[in-house]
Amino acid sequence: MRLEPRDHAPAWLSACVPIGAVLVTVALSAGLIALAGAPIFRAFRLMFDGAVGSGFAINETLTRATPLIFTGLAAAIAFRARLWNIGAEGQLYMGAVAATVLGTGAIDWPPTLLMPLLLIAGALAGAAMLAGPALLKTKLGVDEVVTTLLLNFIVVLFVGLLLEGPLKDPMGLGWPQAAPIVPEGELVKLATGKRLHAGFLVALAMALAAWVIDARSTLGFRIRAVGLNATASRFAGIGVDRTLLWTALLSGGIAGMAGVSEVAGLKGNLTLDLSPGFGYGGIVVAMLARLHPLGVIATAIFVAGVFVGADAMSRGVGVPSYIADVIVAASLLTMLVALLLLRYRLRWR
Amino acid sequence: MTALHDALEILIQTSLWIAAVRIATPLIFGTLGELVCERAGVLNLGIEGIMVLGALVGWLAVHQGSDLWTGVLLAALAGAAFGLLHGVLTVPLALSQHVAGIGITLLATSLSYFGYRLAFPQITTPPRILPFTPVAIPVLSEIPILGPAFFVQTPLTYLAFGAVTVVAWVLYRTPLGLAVRMVGENPEAAEAQGIDVVRVRLGAVAIGSALMAIGGAFLTMSAFDAFYFNMVNGRGWICIALVVFARWTPGRALFGALLFAAFDAYQLRLQQVIGGVVPYQIFLMLPYALSILALIVMSRRATHPRALMLPYVRGDRR
Repeated sequence: MRLEPRDHAPAWLSACVPIGAVLVTVALSAGLIALAGAPIFRAFRLMFDGAVGSGFAINETLTRATPLIFTGLAAAIAFRARLWNIGAEGQLYMGAVAATVLGTGAIDWPPTLLMPLLLIAGALAGAAMLAGPALLKTKLGVDEVVTTLLLNFIVVLFVGLLLEGPLKDPMGLGWPQAAPIVPEGELVKLATGKRLHAGFLVALAMALAAWVIDARSTLGFRIRAVGLNATASRFAGIGVDRTLLWTALLSGGIAGMAGVSEVAGLKGNLTLDLSPGFGYGGIVVAMLARLHPLGVIATAIFVAGVFVGADAMSRGVGVPSYIADVIVAASLLTMLVALLLLRYRLRWR
Repeated sequence: MTALHDALEILIQTSLWIAAVRIATPLIFGTLGELVCERAGVLNLGIEGIMVLGALVGWLAVHQGSDLWTGVLLAALAGAAFGLLHGVLTVPLALSQHVAGIGITLLATSLSYFGYRLAFPQITTPPRILPFTPVAIPVLSEIPILGPAFFVQTPLTYLAFGAVTVVAWVLYRTPLGLAVRMVGENPEAAEAQGIDVVRVRLGAVAIGSALMAIGGAFLTMSAFDAFYFNMVNGRGWICIALVVFARWTPGRALFGALLFAAFDAYQLRLQQVIGGVVPYQIFLMLPYALSILALIVMSRRATHPRALMLPYVRGDRR
């Protein structure tokens, strides 16, 4: 078997292949639902309704999509330059730590100043977290995949240490949690009584900004050039190391904002279960969007919908909610194969 | 002064070295498995998920009535199946090894957790199995300190030592090993010699992944007797760092895993001596920090297989 590049994919194929990928994923999830002994169509119906079936459901899905847009953008920007940032989880937590340090009473500023300050501080903390691995990569040739992955574990332990020590809420009844963000630092709710908050709008703005940088700036051009061919970029006079460092600062910064958004917009205070793997989910979001910043918005909402819907299905017919993680992982792999089939022809011989 | 004395005294405790070899066992399997994949030119970031899967499959099989070795075999087969999936995605289909590997880890982990919840819907403490028990090797186990450490262990630890020997022998002393190394260094030349690059790479990834899964199974069937969420806890990623530390050779992989585990066992005991002064999280960070440090130290000297992470498309010019 070998791969043969296509000049362009015929229209019927462009339509069929993604549908095929979705069908494979749906068939797999149907199999798992059947395995759990639940009625398949009822389960899917519950999942769909739970994700987008009502105003409340849509609000929940968008709330869940917010951190995924940030982490998805972080992965998309880094992967464009072939900087394999798998550390968004750790960067997210460091962003949340920065917001907690500054936003729980240390600074007495009005909301118009404190809110942006927290976002910027979180971004700087996240950026600093990725600057280390990026420098190790460019200066010493240390593989950034392993360093960013391992840093995730270190950061979570570090947050645990802070929550039992310096950042522990004295009013927290002994729970390992930080003091709540002061009202001036909160990202306001977009509608009363709902959970969606201004962090969602910040996420949309970041997606737009990332798209402008990607499509309209020389930095975006450099990032893509370095990702496509670092050697050729070097010959063309692009400072590859410098570009990678900028990419890292952007990517880590946006991941750090995810932490601020969750702490100051949704949860109110920093705990150790702030993120159920948003950093890793962001990788899937970015790949499904083919690393396109605006596409990330759509795929983050899709992935969030799967998770929110699966919770509803789990409550309704008792299928373990881990099915959401399976669906998301499977859709990543089927989509990768689908995109490949559009670019290449498989020749059997 | 007494703290320092206590800290040093730990080093001559036999229990430290027994624990070190026990902690090393899953790392030996994982590092060796990753090494086999990478020597053939395929980075396998599926390792973390494959270890979780092995931990679940082996334990669940025994819980359902299989004997222990059948459980190990089933874990290995499950690992090989996911390895083959990673292989198909990255070798003939030439997808990004990073992304496919992360996808495999996410898929294998989530399927394992789903399967666990399916088998035990409402349970908070998982049921236990009768795990492997230590077997003393006659004569050798009488050696002070080293005897109990290396020769009073469970059979899976001996299997790990055996696997290192077999992999080293196959890699350097057989035509098959030459083929594996060749497709990892120079697939074009291998092809010119009549070696089927795709087949050798697929085989190496499947075997390597089976080894990783046995490493995971060790956790639930030997080190502990039950399956817990997050029990692999980054061991797979540590193994990837250990492969670099080992400079892609099996002997150094064994040495690296043992050295690493000795540090880990030592810090666990040190916690009891100076744990009152230093927060326990600092100790728990050490293994991960140590892995990063190992990568930095070895960065100048480690040269990876030349075709690592480069997909081989027949007839493609590079």
